[in-house]
Amino acid sequence: MLEGLLIGLSTAFSLTNILMVIGGCLIGTFIGMLPGLGPMSIIAIMIPVAISLGDPSAALILLAGVYYGAIFGGSTSSILLNAPGVAGTVASSFDGYPMARAGKAGKALTIAAIASFAGGTIGALLLMVFAPALSSVALLFHSAEYFALMVVGLSAIAAFAGTGQVAKAILMTLLGLIMATVGEGALFNMPRFTMGVMDLQSGFSFITLAMAMFALPEALFLVMNPPKAGGNSGEGKIKDLRISRAEARQIAPVIGRQSLQGFFIGVLPGAGATIASFLGYAVERNLSTKEEQAEFGKGSVKGLAAPETANNAACTGSFVPLLTLGIPGSGTTAILLGALVALNVTPGPRLMIDEPQIFWAVIISMYIGNLILLVLNLPLIPYIAKVLEVPRNYLIPFILFFTLMGAYIGQNNATELLILVGFGFCATLLRFADYPLAPLLIGFILGSMLEDNFARSMQLYDGLGFLLERPMTLALLVLAAILVVLPSYRARRARAKADGVAEGD
Amino acid sequence: MTFTLTRRTVLAAAAAALTLGNPAWAEQKVAESIHFLIPGGAGGGWDGTARGTGEALTKAGLVGTASFENMSGGGGGKAIGYLIENADSSHGTLMVNSTPIVIRSLTGVFPHSFRDLTLVAGTIGDYAAIVVGKDSPINSMEDLLKAYQANPRKTAIGGGSVPGGMDHLVAAMVMKAAGEDPTAVKYIPYDAGGKAMAALLSGEISALSTGFSEAVDLANAGEVKIIGVTADERVAAYETAPTMKEQGIDTSFVNWRGFFAAPGLPEAKLAQYQAAIAKMYDTPEWEEVRARNGWVNIHNSGDDFKTFLEGQEKAIGDLMKELGFL
Repeated sequence: MLEGLLIGLSTAFSLTNILMVIGGCLIGTFIGMLPGLGPMSIIAIMIPVAISLGDPSAALILLAGVYYGAIFGGSTSSILLNAPGVAGTVASSFDGYPMARAGKAGKALTIAAIASFAGGTIGALLLMVFAPALSSVALLFHSAEYFALMVVGLSAIAAFAGTGQVAKAILMTLLGLIMATVGEGALFNMPRFTMGVMDLQSGFSFITLAMAMFALPEALFLVMNPPKAGGNSGEGKIKDLRISRAEARQIAPVIGRQSLQGFFIGVLPGAGATIASFLGYAVERNLSTKEEQAEFGKGSVKGLAAPETANNAACTGSFVPLLTLGIPGSGTTAILLGALVALNVTPGPRLMIDEPQIFWAVIISMYIGNLILLVLNLPLIPYIAKVLEVPRNYLIPFILFFTLMGAYIGQNNATELLILVGFGFCATLLRFADYPLAPLLIGFILGSMLEDNFARSMQLYDGLGFLLERPMTLALLVLAAILVVLPSYRARRARAKADGVAEGD
Repeated sequence: MTFTLTRRTVLAAAAAALTLGNPAWAEQKVAESIHFLIPGGAGGGWDGTARGTGEALTKAGLVGTASFENMSGGGGGKAIGYLIENADSSHGTLMVNSTPIVIRSLTGVFPHSFRDLTLVAGTIGDYAAIVVGKDSPINSMEDLLKAYQANPRKTAIGGGSVPGGMDHLVAAMVMKAAGEDPTAVKYIPYDAGGKAMAALLSGEISALSTGFSEAVDLANAGEVKIIGVTADERVAAYETAPTMKEQGIDTSFVNWRGFFAAPGLPEAKLAQYQAAIAKMYDTPEWEEVRARNGWVNIHNSGDDFKTFLEGQEKAIGDLMKELGFL
């Protein structure tokens, strides 16, 4: 390993490759910041550039830089504008956006930067040490376990079920699950619930729905609720990056735990950054004290640090199956795999032996990339956060423009715009009625994976037998039950205790 | 050699080249420009085929400029509908498509079929293959059939398409030719090739039905054994992979990709496009694109293309009826 490390160091530290990391991170971050442009489209744009480089190490380093730059930049639009451009940063908006609304945008971006850096760096360390051993772990998961993992991911909605919103949160989740069934799934020969509309055959696109649920209602809300005259108390604090010592103490263990958890979820092909971020959010909420739990969803530093750490660690983790097995675990890594094959590199068990310089150079470049992202972004945060100080008559058209562009550009299909505006209108009404919209999006994102894996398991085991035959499935389902039941049990016990005190009076 | 040709002379040149078959024309521009309509998003197989073909045609100087338009929707149906609706204004457009246009027209997912379009040419193709994991005890189709006969419910075959889609049809076609009941085969669908591959390596499925070029990449990486290819003869790209036919399973299948134009395209224009594509095969620029993507040249122009598509439609249609999808 030491020898490989040295080869990697000498490859990664060549002038070209350092420039590639810096260039990739810069491009990724800045394009990723635009709402609606996720890492997949950015990498697809960059592939011809990377291939023209000719050198596979340089190309992969550039693309990897773009990849984590985009994830990093994506959280910026989630936090500042509530417009997540990729499913992996949806959870970052749950607490990041309330923080930005409360005038703590600078702090929120700093926490995101530090959490991402830690997640990415610890992930790269784990990748370096465990990659060969982990490739077999990735194969322990069958469809049954993926189904159970999606159920665990769904338990994240418990965070929105607080304060008497249980029924509303469940309703919205179910609505999301139902919306995920529209179109041609992986399992059915015929399109479902398209009402004969050809544009619905591929189902709703994630970007369109995310924009309709989050960004559009937000922009409409800004129009309808002008701030009160004295409402600028947040001014001056926007640029304040400082994290108090108490906050640092709060988030340090979160970052530690989520780096590990996120990485291991990322290793599983098909789970990826999205599940890691939702799961991280749910788990950290459950581990928090009652006072901290009440903060979740309203601007909790823990609630922001957890998904930010987890999604970056998971992105790094997804390189394990890609590099050691040649299996792309996500759409983005599938595009990376395509680029590698075009460069005559075949990822797989023999990559480490045949072309160690590529394998190790990529890992070393991950450290450099994460460091560069931190160095690059910390000084820029005050300026980026200033986006919020842009007068609203400029900011709102800007949000609307990128929201519409993001929905259109992925599919080149103008019908997406109608869907976006239609759902955006419905979402705004739901927001007025105080329905939480995040559970809908969680249900939609997890819905198709949940259904596909469930149906596959049923087919493979000719029924529900997999629940009993596969202990890991059962264990994960029990974990999901605990994650949902425990908070409400705790809440009830606390209430009972309070009642008891009242009676004792 | 810098020639500036007017549209008319190009047309005349194309017609002349076609009738005389004079090789001296090979390096001259055959068409001014081609607009490629891609029925799916960026990065897919259709996208790669159109952009690769456009790149080879322009770099080789056969076509002046190439432009590309991605139009997703309806799994490709939207672009077909668009080309038919705007036929008169789309004479400069070539749409890329592949085997799914046959399958989806049969199931009625597409309201149109290849008969509603002008057939230009089938350009490349890929055979299908059945693969097993590198540590699997199965080493040949015979082993797979034995395992299947011993325990049909535990010998699942996976693929990257929906039931009734291409990978499923190939698996059913092979099992049928081997004398089994294709409706009894347990086919497990995955939504992307990568996940199906992970399922194969984890032992969730016993074998995987996939494209041959993809299988070759995986075999070169030491991940899988190719136990059968649906080609008539062994393919040069991976000589060690046995064909189905040499194992006594009389079946063959090609997943083609090719180009279509708007209905009612003028003859001269069609001849021009077909000439450009026919000449493309001899250029080093095409060879570079082809090799980079691992494509197999399978050229069917005009009427040959029609005969080929009708044959495939019949074979697939019969099988889908038997499987209960039609």
